[in-house]
Parts: sequence; structure tokens; C-alpha cells
Amino acid sequence: MKNKTLPISIIIFLAFCFFVFLKGLSNTNNYIPNESLGKKIASFNAKNFFNEQEINSDELFIEKKIYLLNIWASWCVPCRNEHGILMQLSQNDSIKIIGLNYKDNLDNAKKFINEMGNPYSKILRDQDGTISIELGAYGVPETLVIDNNKIILKKFVGPLNNQSLKEIKSLIR
Amino acid sequence: MNFFKIIIVIIFFFFSLAANAQDSNSKLINKISKNIRCLVCQGQSIYDSQSDFAISLKLMINKKIEEGYTEEQIYDYLINQYGEWILYDPKFNKNTFFLWLLPILVFLGGGWIVFKKTKFFKL
Repeated sequence: MKNKTLPISIIIFLAFCFFVFLKGLSNTNNYIPNESLGKKIASFNAKNFFNEQEINSDELFIEKKIYLLNIWASWCVPCRNEHGILMQLSQNDSIKIIGLNYKDNLDNAKKFINEMGNPYSKILRDQDGTISIELGAYGVPETLVIDNNKIILKKFVGPLNNQSLKEIKSLIR
Repeated sequence: MNFFKIIIVIIFFFFSLAANAQDSNSKLINKISKNIRCLVCQGQSIYDSQSDFAISLKLMINKKIEEGYTEEQIYDYLINQYGEWILYDPKFNKNTFFLWLLPILVFLGGGWIVFKKTKFFKL
């Protein structure tokens, strides 16, 4: 009897390890920070995309609307994919879309806008990426839904899709 | 002539002060960067990474140091933005106490087993 306990317990232990690792495989390892949700965005200064004039973020979120702050770049391929959805959302009067051009070449970014259309009511430049960090973002594309009290209501990491479009529309109602 | 000598000494003195300040800043940036996880290239610290996120974060840390933030204040700021997960060395709190205490418990438990099983202590 004693001889059998050891192999059985080893088998049980290995089976346990196998299932723990199997379960681990199905978990995604990508950590998406959600700390900024429900918090007020930090006030920041940025240059206007078209005339290089300095703008303070406090001047942006004044109207009683829902704001989408979309972080984009011309070098970012997924940004091209979501651009159609942004164009569609720009037709909606209760939404204002603000673009934050992330670490981009100005000429390329202007070409991108001319080619794909401009859904943004204002575009700001984040030349060194530090404004995005102040906003708690970590890459492109990323979209923050912000109300006129400057509270972050929702955050979409990665390109917007039809599902996110529905979620944004449900926030307006 | 002596006047020029004094001027040169003063200039060198201020340059060395500035260089020293710069050096201690970059040391602190490196120290903090080694403890910050790169969120886009997970498994690397921002010190090791050359991703856009890591470069911007290092710039941000530099900016905060220049604004007079201490190391702890910078960690608190980053935890507030990205959560505790961004630190490689998590702080001691109700969620992490087990993580910190486990090695001590294992050490004490192992010590107790050694103490009970070895004849050396029975002499």
C-alpha cells in the first residue's frame, strides 16, 4: 500500500500542474490599465496641429457634450482601420472628437488627414508622447470617452470597431 | 592675471556642479526605470526597452524629477495612472503581504523541519 501512495500522489500533483497551466494558456497576458476610468483627466498644454498655437486642455471640454479623445498617428496601421468609424461618429452632433497626434511626422500626419478625411473638431500634437502618459494611455490607437466635467467614462485600447461604436452610442443616450 | 584665474576656477566650479546634478538625475532615472514595467513589451523594464511607450515614460520621469518629485512620489503617480502592476517591486499592502511574507514563512517552516529532524540539535 505504501509503495502505491508515492506514484499516485506524483500523478495527482502532475495532473494538477497540467490543469493549472492549461487554464493559464487560455488567459491573455495583456494587461490593460483601467486605473484612469472615473477619474478627471490631468490638465495639459499642447500645440495645435494646424497652426502650432499652444492650447490648454481646460479650453477643450467646455460644451455639454460627450468628447472622444482619439490618440492616433499616421504610421499606425490600426488607426487607418478605425478611421471610418471616427468619420461616422463625427456626423453625430452630441459628440465632439478631439485628436491627439502621437509622435508623428507633421507632413505625414497632414497627408493622412487629407487622404482619409478629418473627423476631429480639434487636433493636438503630442510630440514626445508625454501627454498620452498624463492621460494614462500607452499606445496608439487609444480612445477615451470624456464628459464635460473632464471625467474619463470609458477607454478603448486598440482600434474602434462596430462593438465599440455601439457602446459609444449607448453612452450618448 | 590672477583675476582671470579666479574667473576660470569659478566657471569650472559651476560647470562641475551642473554636471554632478545631471549625473545624479540620470542615476535616479535609471534606478526608477529598472523598476517600471514596459506595458507594451511586457516582460521588459522600461530601462531595457526602446519602445515608444518606454521612451516617453523615461522622458516623463525626467520631467517629474525636474519638477522636484521624489522617487516615491513618481511611483505613486505611475500607480495612479497605470495601477500597481507597473512596478516590478510591488509595495507592501493587503494584496501583496502574502507575496512578501511567503519566503519568510517557507524559511521558518524549513528551519523548523531541519530543527526537528536533525540529530545535531538534539545533542
